[in-house]
Amino acid sequence: MSTAQLFQQEREDASYADVIVVGGGPAGVAAALKLKARGIARVMILEREPALGGATRHCSHSPFGMREFGRIYFGPAYARRLEREAQDAGVDIRIGHSVVELGQDGALLVTSARGVESLKARRIVLATGAREKPRSALLLPGDRPVGVITTGALQSYVAFHGIMPFRRPLIIGSELVSFSALLTCLTHRARPVAMIEPEPEPLARSPFQWFPRLVGVPFHCGAVLMDIRGRGRVEEADIRLADGRLLTVKCDGVLLTGRFTPEAALLNASAVDVAAGSAGPMIDQDGRMANPIFFASGNLLRAVETGGWSFREGRRVGAAVADDLAREPCNDLVVPVTFTEPLKLVIPTMLRRGGLDRPAFRDFQLRFTKRVQGRLSLHLDGTEVWSKIGLWLPERRVLVPIPRAAFEASQIAFHVGETN
Amino acid sequence: MVQSLSTEFDVAVIGAGVVGCAVARRFALAGAKVVVIEKGADILSGASKANSAILHTGFDAPEGSLELELVKAGRAEYLSIHGRMGLSLVETGALVCAWNPDEAERLAAIAEQGRRNGIAELGLLTARQARETMPGLSGHLTAALEVSGEHIIDPWSAPLGYLTQAVGLGAQLVRNAEVLSGSFDGAWRIETTAGPILAASIVNAAGLFGDIVDARLGLAPEFTIMPRKGQFVVLDKAARRHVPRIVLPVPTEITKGIVVCPTAFGNVLVGPTAEEQDDRERATVETATLEALLKRGAEIVPALASISVTAVYAGLRPASEKKHYRISVRPDRRAITLGGVRSTGLSAALGLAQHALTLHAGFGTRFDLPLSVPDVTMPNLTETCERDWQRADHGEIVCHCELVTRREIDATFSSPVPPGDFGGLRRRTRAGMGRCQGFYCNARLAAMTGDRLAVPLAVGAGDER
Repeated sequence: MSTAQLFQQEREDASYADVIVVGGGPAGVAAALKLKARGIARVMILEREPALGGATRHCSHSPFGMREFGRIYFGPAYARRLEREAQDAGVDIRIGHSVVELGQDGALLVTSARGVESLKARRIVLATGAREKPRSALLLPGDRPVGVITTGALQSYVAFHGIMPFRRPLIIGSELVSFSALLTCLTHRARPVAMIEPEPEPLARSPFQWFPRLVGVPFHCGAVLMDIRGRGRVEEADIRLADGRLLTVKCDGVLLTGRFTPEAALLNASAVDVAAGSAGPMIDQDGRMANPIFFASGNLLRAVETGGWSFREGRRVGAAVADDLAREPCNDLVVPVTFTEPLKLVIPTMLRRGGLDRPAFRDFQLRFTKRVQGRLSLHLDGTEVWSKIGLWLPERRVLVPIPRAAFEASQIAFHVGETN
Repeated sequence: MVQSLSTEFDVAVIGAGVVGCAVARRFALAGAKVVVIEKGADILSGASKANSAILHTGFDAPEGSLELELVKAGRAEYLSIHGRMGLSLVETGALVCAWNPDEAERLAAIAEQGRRNGIAELGLLTARQARETMPGLSGHLTAALEVSGEHIIDPWSAPLGYLTQAVGLGAQLVRNAEVLSGSFDGAWRIETTAGPILAASIVNAAGLFGDIVDARLGLAPEFTIMPRKGQFVVLDKAARRHVPRIVLPVPTEITKGIVVCPTAFGNVLVGPTAEEQDDRERATVETATLEALLKRGAEIVPALASISVTAVYAGLRPASEKKHYRISVRPDRRAITLGGVRSTGLSAALGLAQHALTLHAGFGTRFDLPLSVPDVTMPNLTETCERDWQRADHGEIVCHCELVTRREIDATFSSPVPPGDFGGLRRRTRAGMGRCQGFYCNARLAAMTGDRLAVPLAVGAGDER
């Protein structure tokens, strides 16, 4: 058999694709759609859940879809639209397929109801999203009874099974998702007993922070969970308020909201470089990882952005992968982007010489670990090329355009000069 | 569920912890008609649910002690049955690590004690030699003692396997049965919250409540339980490659100290603390203590500093006012108490069971050996052998982090000792035990388990639809 015939046979093999996208949320579907639109023949999505859509499948509140589909959907309908788009575009969708291990050569170990198989592609796009941190990772104190769960789990109870994990939860957190969690409780016959945030002010923008009081749920900032008690199910919790008072609340659950972290288990299992600050993969300006046949996009990079943001990012990385398929995997030199506290992360985490003419990322995305008043600046080879003075808040998106000169620099660093 | 009052068991085992499960198996194998009386909704719901999962050699046990003898006997039996019963054994070996010259000096004495204890595979290593066998160890290491026979096991499948075999031989498990009182008039009548139970003899393996149960049965307790809490942190599986071996500290008089230990499931755990308390039920975790454990772990293996936490837990050891096991035998009351099994219970359980049967022989009762012994093969949950997700037709993956299949969950509910609560389901399948701790699977598990667990995951499951 000739080489061409062998190649042809491999292309027709059901275990082979031009591109495999791991994760069928907004970022993954958008990447797949873009690849199909760019004429890539075999694009496969591996999704471990029973349907495409990712976290939007159970996000019943946030409006989705305006920019990508020109109309507003609730999460579940948006998820169905994503799935329909992918089907119509001819994406090879494999639901109920869990990727267990990434091979350096693009071979993926996958398990599904049929058992284990190996699937392979010329490029892999990782879009496995993000999740909230559990109580263990937050090192929360107390007993470990039934009823301490995250917003994602709560919304899965409601959206997929029509059941509730509690009736009188204590809610912890004040990110955007925290108010969505509160709304989910109120619309499903649960009455939160209180909402607390350990930081001195709410993390979400106004007017969300007024919402708990409007619906009569006490909301305490600077309040720390001191104990959870309960033998079988949660029975009560102790909170230390900002003024030092200790408050005991009777509750039958503790709802942990926000504190997202990339779902990067596959990377950990596969010895791929993970960026310290974001716990997602290290990527360059095209979304390309250290191993240049791997790309990544969406909330895997940086917990957490909206579905719409992830969709647009996925589309751009999809376009980059389409361009990348026309050439050899790019192994050129990378220069890491360095930063220190109080910066939490910078994406892309590195720039690569010899990347694509149209990079997937035109801006650096930054986040702060805490509220900071001060001057943020970008330095190339020791020379400041950009700066801005401002009040920087934790968990808020900060964008800094990537200057052309940055791709030629051998040192790229962000600095923060605090003035408070 | 309990057979009628007229049924009289040969032996009532009180407490379905690791010791109770092993005792039930040993007596059932000997031909006794066994009942296991458990206060909780599931087995292993006391001290046995939280330990460091090490199968000890006994190298550091007190010389000439019963504990040493039983650890060695228990370990030997485990090694002889684990293959047949599908119970895990990960042969990691251990390094007793000295972090300063004082500790290093004591290693020779520990090695000498180990040899006197009959443990042959001991070797004193320089820091360089030790770090060759485990490069992740901190450069501050002074010296180490290698104990190659220390291994890790799945600490929940093993006792579940013992009890499953006992049940296969006709033993009965009675759950939600707290012992209230007992009377003896040649045979026992035990009053429990699940009704009265009749038995010829009693083996008290009630762990944290051993002294209280003795008192309730009218047996003057010979010891007082003084619970000692141990908190643990379980690190993400990314930690495992840095920790191929068990890292033990040089022990003090009070405790074996903080261990950095791989688990059979592919994680790394750091712990336990040793905190005296009066409460026999509450085992809380505390933020500052967990932070201190993480710090200590990263001092021992620096790469652990950047690895995320998968789980935290705390358990209570049934320590007593003395260091040694507290075993009471009362031939006139046909009662044996296995008490004060504070930290080597997992290793010694099968030895304690042999010992209890020997003591029971002194009561003069002879059992007829069972005609046949059913084979028991426990499902493998460890990463060292094939898991169900690797086999065809597993249904689907329910818990993504731990790759638990629907077939595994269905199977555990139809097993001879099905889970009684969520903790029991987790211990039997690993569902919800992974890094996301249920973000992805908790709702699905709630729907799958419905009202089959003592505390259902969903509230008002009945009236919701």
